[in-house]
Amino acid sequence: MIVAKRKPLNEIAEMLAPYKKVTVIGCRSCVAICLAGGEKEVKMLVSALKVKNKKEGKKQEFEGFVVERQCEKEWIKEVEDKVLGSDVTLSMACSLGAQTIGDMYPIHLTFPGLNTGIFGVPEEQGVWSEKCVGCGNCIIHTTGGICPISRCAKSMLNGPCGGSANRKCEVNLEIDCAWAAIYDRLKIQNRLDLIENVTPAKDWSTSHSGGRRTYVREDARLTPHQKKGKEAVQ
Amino acid sequence: MAERKPKVIGFCCEKHGMDAAVLSARSGKQLDASVRIVQVPCTGRVDGIHLLKAFEDGADAVFVLGCLEKNCYYDTGSIEGRKRVGYVKQMLTEVGIEKERLEMFNSASSNAWAFPDAVSKMVDIAKKLGPIGGGERQ
Repeated sequence: MIVAKRKPLNEIAEMLAPYKKVTVIGCRSCVAICLAGGEKEVKMLVSALKVKNKKEGKKQEFEGFVVERQCEKEWIKEVEDKVLGSDVTLSMACSLGAQTIGDMYPIHLTFPGLNTGIFGVPEEQGVWSEKCVGCGNCIIHTTGGICPISRCAKSMLNGPCGGSANRKCEVNLEIDCAWAAIYDRLKIQNRLDLIENVTPAKDWSTSHSGGRRTYVREDARLTPHQKKGKEAVQ
Repeated sequence: MAERKPKVIGFCCEKHGMDAAVLSARSGKQLDASVRIVQVPCTGRVDGIHLLKAFEDGADAVFVLGCLEKNCYYDTGSIEGRKRVGYVKQMLTEVGIEKERLEMFNSASSNAWAFPDAVSKMVDIAKKLGPIGGGERQ
């Protein structure tokens, strides 16, 4: 899932300072699971900003809402009047949610309340770690199910670098060396021979380095006729 | 003009926290504040939004009183409460509110002093810092 973190409250307050009416919109998907932008976080943010304004004697109106998935236009439509009825919208979703609102209402101001971080998994309650960078060409079937691109600081493809010592990464001694983990995993899978294989230089054109990526599934797309029908229903 | 009494809100767990509050009342301890007690099943039930709402609605200081951490009726409720108090303290600091306005206390049910001590500490802080925003209490 996408893991995000709330921006510092003073930074948020500074962004919103010039505006009188603020709508805060959270998301019930990834950012609710990583405790950054769900219903509770929206309520707490609104309350904290109200307390700040009370201290400073400032008058600002805040309203908080949560939608099912902020990255899908259908769900944003449900709160359209709240978005357009305010001076600015603070998105408590990942950047995708903030940009979806921004794309739907380009004249209206939409600011991010979260810093979008990683594709991560919950390791334990309150801890998320990165396990994918979305490079667009997955190879974990050859590395024991462990991604060397995201879990190795240098994204090494053919074993550890010279900085790996005592199973730790030279970049940060608290990080485990991805290739030590890959070795262990392949060993218990009885596939250590795979580590001998030489992986050629990675084609990064499928990653972000190739510019903005768009994925299309032709059979799921609507024909112009179908689009017209859908618009008529809405 | 009568001196303004600080408004203090105390979230007390219904086990040791409330027992300590009731015991102090039975012992005839006088409290120098308009203290409002919110009884909760466990301090682990107190959420950040409850604490922030209290400040939003006019509290000068807020405290949470729960069981002793090693003797919590629900085992880890006091620990959860302490963690949430810590998180809200951090939020208060970020928005420029003194974090001392919020505290967590722990008490055994047989301690008649815990509740008045908590109140008196929070009243001192509220008097020192004044109401949030400097205005009159709502």
